[in-house]
Amino acid sequence: MTPRNHIEPRSVGAVRPQTLHFAEPLRLRSGAVLDSYDLVYETYGTLNAAKSNAVLACHALNAAHHVAGYYAEDPDNVGWWDNMIGPGKPVDTEKFFVIGVNNVGGCFGSTGPKSVDPKTGKPYGSSFPVVTVEDWVNAQARLADRLGIDSFAAVMGGSLGAMQALQWTIGYPERIRNSIVVAAAPKLSAQNIAFNEVARQAITTDPDFHGGDYYGHGVVPRRGLRLARMIGHITYLSDDVMMEKFGRALSSGSIGFHFDVDFEIESYLRHQGDKFSEYFDANTYLLITRALDYFDPAAAHDNDLSRALAAARARFLVVSFTSDWRFSPERSREIVKALLDNRRDVSYAEIDAPHGHDAFLLDDRRYHALVRAYFDGIFERL
Amino acid sequence: MTGQEQGVLSGRSDFQAIAAWVRPDSTVLDLGCGDGVLLKYLEQTRNARGYGIDIDDANVLACVRNGVNVIQSDLERGLAGFDAGSFDCVILSQTLQAVRHTEEIVLEMLRVGREAIVSFPNFGRWDLRLQVALGRMPVSAELPYQWYNTPNVHLFTIADFESFCSGHGIRVLERVALHRGRPVGALANLLGSIAVYRIEKPR
Repeated sequence: MTPRNHIEPRSVGAVRPQTLHFAEPLRLRSGAVLDSYDLVYETYGTLNAAKSNAVLACHALNAAHHVAGYYAEDPDNVGWWDNMIGPGKPVDTEKFFVIGVNNVGGCFGSTGPKSVDPKTGKPYGSSFPVVTVEDWVNAQARLADRLGIDSFAAVMGGSLGAMQALQWTIGYPERIRNSIVVAAAPKLSAQNIAFNEVARQAITTDPDFHGGDYYGHGVVPRRGLRLARMIGHITYLSDDVMMEKFGRALSSGSIGFHFDVDFEIESYLRHQGDKFSEYFDANTYLLITRALDYFDPAAAHDNDLSRALAAARARFLVVSFTSDWRFSPERSREIVKALLDNRRDVSYAEIDAPHGHDAFLLDDRRYHALVRAYFDGIFERL
Repeated sequence: MTGQEQGVLSGRSDFQAIAAWVRPDSTVLDLGCGDGVLLKYLEQTRNARGYGIDIDDANVLACVRNGVNVIQSDLERGLAGFDAGSFDCVILSQTLQAVRHTEEIVLEMLRVGREAIVSFPNFGRWDLRLQVALGRMPVSAELPYQWYNTPNVHLFTIADFESFCSGHGIRVLERVALHRGRPVGALANLLGSIAVYRIEKPR
């Protein structure tokens, strides 16, 4: 048996986001330049004297810097990876200093389309430049600079967050010692891009979109955002889990011969869409789906992912979920193959979980035991 | 070998024989690697760069706990993710008798590895033959299962394996037959309870 040297898992407790302003321009992959920007972030645990125990948790499509804990004034607002990060949790904040940051282009406090452009005094809206995974990682590296972190013990993420964890090993190989790549793909497939395009079309064809400059019109393209979220949500779940959760259950017990809600799944999707459209910014949704589409580190290397990862020096933990059809295990195996080609240290686990792509956010015993064991190893090597 | 090393390997009598054939600094793929203890030993004593393959969740977790690289994968589906000749040595330790696609797996090992090391329980040992002659399926230290709960699906002898090799153009580079962890001299197929082979397939 392994020693039970960890404490009972609990929450990091009440947390408070912080903001840093960056006056040094950020040159983006598109060639555009963001003259200055804010990054909002949270931290959990304590940075050790050697500053060697920092972990960056990268968010995916619809999350942000609020990774763990809750807000004192809003205790129900629990961080999106709270089951993973905290005292005694797989990523133990008694041992590690964990950072969550809202990426540039986001809508939760970091500079994004709904922020005011200092040049015009109005929200950026449609003028906000397209940002990429590479740009996000570059901005994250500057945050690390400001926090005095030369090298991360680990950068981790699921889905789009995993792409950032992967990009760190390519862009800053000397600044990341471990990369935890969960439910990932080394690039989107045509089908993935197609889903994103439907979501974007839903937003941009909403009459309230106003070419992206809806802020001045006192409206938001809620209908589009709602549809975007609904289609996204379908892709996060597996057919099996959706069938198990909702089946063909009817909201009112019998079919109504109308086009309003009949089935529970319709009600669920509408609820998810409504909730999302209350708090998420449509322009950010466009930007983030584009960042997903554009991520393709192999493209600059004749589509050879092995060559793209040749610079990587980190150790890797790659995890996929059997029922994830959005980023299937085969996509993770492409990453593993490229790492093997480069003789990198890599472990790969394929978790037999029914929940589809969303499994990376859920509390699966095998998945969490694996991450815990991997982080125990990181801690031993600190 | 230090006492500590012997302690690490004491669980499996074939590990020392396998380790002796792994050249320093080589790249090693261990199929059905279990908790990764052989790989860990090879990394520590041979400076090997190793990866294990295992399908079992508990084994994958044990490897991560042991700080060993492990790829969760089903051997029965072959080694499609691995290029030809990409490893110096591919190891299959006491697993061949428990796989269904025996022939394919040996050939896959010799495609991916420049050479392979295979160990297996020898069904030809005299006491096992005696048990069969007396009308019962054999049970021994190396084959501890009853007929109804054994994971082994292809039991075979040293003579069977050598016939298989010659029939498939596989060259035997070295062979050792062990009983209670010690090499047996003559009459390997009668006296050996575990056989360890180093093989290659000329390209």
